[in-house]
Amino acid sequence: MARPAQEPSSGIIKTCPLCEEQFECAQGRPGCWCETVVLERQTLAEIRAVAYGCVCPNCLSSFALRESVRRSGDGDGVDGSQAPAKAPPDIAVRSRGVSAVWAPVALGFLAGALLLGLGTGAASIGPASIIASLLAHIQVFHVSPPLSSVDDAILWQIRAPRVVLAALVGGMLAVAGSAYQGVFRNPLADPYLLGVAAGAGLGATLAIAYTAAGTDIGMLLPLAAFAGALIAVIAAYVLGRSAGGVRGTSTLILAGVIVALFMTAIQTFVQQQRSDTLRAVYSWILGGFGTADWHSVVVVVPYIAVSSVIILLHRRVLDVLSLGDEEAASLGIDVRRARLVIVLVATAGTAAAVAVSGLIGFVGIIIPHTIRLLVSPSYRAIVPLSLLAGAGFLILADALARTILSPAELPIGVVTAFFGAPFFAILLRTSRRTVM
Amino acid sequence: MVACGGSTPTTATSASSFPMSLTTAKGTVTIPHRPARIVSLSATATEDLYAVGAGTQVVAVDTYSTYPAQAPRTSLSGFKPNIEAIAKYQPDLVLAADDTDNLFEQLSKLQIPVLVEAPAADLNGVYGEINQIAQATGHSAQAASVVSGIKEQVNAIVRSVRPPAKPLKVYHELDQTYYSATSGTFIGQMYKLLGLQNIADAAPGGNDYPQLSAEYITSSDPDLIVLADTVCCGQSAATVATRPGWSAIRAVKTGAIVPVEDSIASQWGPRIVLLLQAVARAEKSVEGSTA
Repeated sequence: MARPAQEPSSGIIKTCPLCEEQFECAQGRPGCWCETVVLERQTLAEIRAVAYGCVCPNCLSSFALRESVRRSGDGDGVDGSQAPAKAPPDIAVRSRGVSAVWAPVALGFLAGALLLGLGTGAASIGPASIIASLLAHIQVFHVSPPLSSVDDAILWQIRAPRVVLAALVGGMLAVAGSAYQGVFRNPLADPYLLGVAAGAGLGATLAIAYTAAGTDIGMLLPLAAFAGALIAVIAAYVLGRSAGGVRGTSTLILAGVIVALFMTAIQTFVQQQRSDTLRAVYSWILGGFGTADWHSVVVVVPYIAVSSVIILLHRRVLDVLSLGDEEAASLGIDVRRARLVIVLVATAGTAAAVAVSGLIGFVGIIIPHTIRLLVSPSYRAIVPLSLLAGAGFLILADALARTILSPAELPIGVVTAFFGAPFFAILLRTSRRTVM
Repeated sequence: MVACGGSTPTTATSASSFPMSLTTAKGTVTIPHRPARIVSLSATATEDLYAVGAGTQVVAVDTYSTYPAQAPRTSLSGFKPNIEAIAKYQPDLVLAADDTDNLFEQLSKLQIPVLVEAPAADLNGVYGEINQIAQATGHSAQAASVVSGIKEQVNAIVRSVRPPAKPLKVYHELDQTYYSATSGTFIGQMYKLLGLQNIADAAPGGNDYPQLSAEYITSSDPDLIVLADTVCCGQSAATVATRPGWSAIRAVKTGAIVPVEDSIASQWGPRIVLLLQAVARAEKSVEGSTA
């Protein structure tokens, strides 16, 4: 790589000066892994400036990644719809290798979670009868319905929409979380960063507190939550921009915090005025899929689909933004516009998810980090894999929430954090990659 | 737990033996003279006051005391009691459902006696509270007839329901996210009295108000559904029937859905008889159709 050999030897275990990961170095002799990495002079100078000695494969490939992003920056507009630019061949191979291994793993995880989610519940319905019942419903082989009418209603009217909705919400929160982390270059960013949660909470509280006694709240609650979430983020964005959002992202984050605090104060006031609605509000805030039906699935699918697709198309832009505002701007990206588009789209999707499921934490911040630590720091991997992993994770969490205390329900937020936190702690300890 | 013969130790003698000392959970409370300016921060206590004939002595009740209609409702809150606002009515007795924010101690500083009447655990608790409120307000004589009236009605209702060989299953709904109540609650005991089997009892112990899963409710196929969320959440037989998968439930198919006013199911005073009546009527119609 950058530095010539100093003493002839082979396969020495070295520690990378950048990430402290141990790697085997063949000291620049033929056959060393670093021979295949072709870097520009400018990049080499950059590495010399920050690292003394040999750099490990991971760090080196992330430099190569930056290089390829920088090269493709001019051609790759904000719409992100263009084909990836010419990356050094090895990098192309590397990123293809990543997805070649991890994409099937993530898909398998999601498929397994789907089956498990459909197969568990208070009513025991075996996998064989689920498949037979599915065939009977889509009328492929003229299978006679194997389930009693009650079991059939449970499976297809109660359990299936619940599983599907959990998948949609989980995928959306994880994708939105990765988008926020990329846009704000902040490892603590999650989908609720700019006040989505507080806004939705206020909207829901107002709807619950001020619907006339004796009326069914029905679709008014998700609508109010959705509107509240959007208003909160727009307010935060306007405030952040007017207070000098050009200076970077911290003003925007601070504006989000202020808006969230303000809305929470109003919500507390309303709750205190109408304490008879406390339990209903509390139950909504805890979040969950206890009353999921196909109707709510149909309502949120368009928002979540459009939102995730647009973020997926922007995954290379997120890579560029992660280099820093000035660097991204020098590569021909309209940083403010890109940030606005991604934030708005991620927020709309999150607001739709929150509207039908309440406030479910943990998924949006932890899933992207898990992918980052396990797979790659590039958003080209993080965004699509977060979508799959988030969906699978929330299906499993909901399955646990339904079964641990069966026939009672457990709030899903308890499950996501209780099982997710230890897993992530272990990952954080064992992984040698950096968090951001 | 039987509903009859639970005489309370407090004996009702003369109606005007003031100053009076009452033993409550908060210790001994002394009421110096017959109260003429009562403030009630508890909806159940308000009902009890009017039932024993102390209504004319009430000057203010809290926002949630919706019954009876003539009670002087104010914006006072029992949930976040404001001592100054309460004191402004110059009460000589304050009734509350619990000792929120040191209400008892705070009002004691102002020489205002407070009776904390916690939600009753069973019917005897209801009778005890009616008796105590009657004593504190100088209406012991009426209390005896009110209590015996409730007892007679409850016994008549319970006798009218023949316990079937296979008890009917009941699902009590507190809100449309399927919170329910087990037999460990007051309301659950009412179902027990009527010989019903409560589907919420299958929930793991320690939580008397569990949130059931829709799956469990539909698969346990209750014969009776009691809706205590008609006012708060606008639920009715019609909204229940439109829930996904619920049309397969026996109670929905036979129309054995009992809508009750939320406050009747959550304020355990004299009106508990109305709830028992409504549920017993539905129970008898279900049994009649299956017999």
